[in-house]
Amino acid sequence: MSEHAVTSPEVTFAHAPAEGTGRIWKIFWLLSGITIIELALGFGLAKDWYGDPETSHTAILFVKGVICILSLAKAFYIVSVFMHLGDEIRNLIMTIVVPLCLFIWFIAAFLWDGNSWKNLRNRYHGTPAKTEQVAPAATEKGAKD
Amino acid sequence: MSTAAAQQQTKWWSGGRSPFNASYGKVMMWYFLMSDAFTFGAFLISYGTIRFSQNVWANPNHVFNAFPGFGHQDLPLAFVSLMTFILIASSVTMVLAVHEGHKMNRKGVEKYMILTIIGGFAFLACQAWEWTHLLTGEHVALLNDGTLSVLPTTVKSNPWGHEVPHEAMIAALQNTSHEKLVDIASTLQHEGGAHHSLAGLSSAELINTIQAANIHVTHTGPIAFGGYFFGITGFHGFHVFSGVVINIIMYIKTKLGHFDDRGHYEMVEKAGLYWHFVDLVWVFVFLCFYLI
Repeated sequence: MSEHAVTSPEVTFAHAPAEGTGRIWKIFWLLSGITIIELALGFGLAKDWYGDPETSHTAILFVKGVICILSLAKAFYIVSVFMHLGDEIRNLIMTIVVPLCLFIWFIAAFLWDGNSWKNLRNRYHGTPAKTEQVAPAATEKGAKD
Repeated sequence: MSTAAAQQQTKWWSGGRSPFNASYGKVMMWYFLMSDAFTFGAFLISYGTIRFSQNVWANPNHVFNAFPGFGHQDLPLAFVSLMTFILIASSVTMVLAVHEGHKMNRKGVEKYMILTIIGGFAFLACQAWEWTHLLTGEHVALLNDGTLSVLPTTVKSNPWGHEVPHEAMIAALQNTSHEKLVDIASTLQHEGGAHHSLAGLSSAELINTIQAANIHVTHTGPIAFGGYFFGITGFHGFHVFSGVVINIIMYIKTKLGHFDDRGHYEMVEKAGLYWHFVDLVWVFVFLCFYLI
């Protein structure tokens, strides 16, 4: 097995090639299944299954949260099995995964910031317009001139 | 030799070997993909920030509800599901190509690389159709100046705001110029192609025609929507395109027997890493633009 398996001098221990393609197909069905669940939940969002979008914010946010978690599960299986990161040694896994932890702050901080912009604009720009455009401000300016 | 037991005894950081037990090229491919993940992440987070800062955002189920050959039927998520499954399927054929490469089976690698390349082209074709559909779409929207206009979805116009109540729509029709009324009326009768006869009608006649048709009119939405959508899906589509080019090169090199001469198919593995990354990014593009 080792005569062709060692591909470069950096490789100390070659991975034993996988025996069959069973695991690949298992992950394929898993990814397809998760995608179908996501699509079903998303279809529910389209058809207002979880209540009126104007009032049941919590229920809709919960469904969207579930969809996000399912997407993270898909990402995990793609990286771990299809990209074979799960088969690498711990050092390689850590050198990729640890920097990606930056995303935790990155997402939280910027979405928080976006929400804050919205709140500030709504507070200091009069009542939230039915459209998000700032047309009322433009006419005010025009009136002063 | 038990690999697990041997790894325990190896001093990975004491020099003389790669602490990652992987070739230079593979480690660098991982680092490249990590940096690319941050690029895509920054784009998507920027999109999220702007979306969170708006009171209204385009509802994906209204924007992406068309399917080729089904006209104006409302089919939310249908086309994007097709695109997602195409990409998952081509990811599987790619990993099967890598698997055949481990077994030094040239014929197997060739077969699965071809299937992967076909999947990539199929995805690109779907994206081309979707972009064309959005860029040439005709939606009647209420502009901020109180008139109605026919708008496509581009980086400069977004017709996907709140729905306009019927009375407000009728009031806006009175403010709309004759030329725009002809445009709106012509969206109602695509089959006829009777643009000339419409131009001959008076504004009042056109308004009557439009009112009778019971059309949906929306406010304009945040202009940022088009820029983010076309920017991010375009950047992803460019990755798919370059992935297809890399896969074609891998196919040709396999066909020429370069990897058999070299004694291993690690190049295919590295191209595979890139291709799976493209699929991985699509998971999040799909999530952020189409699902939630």
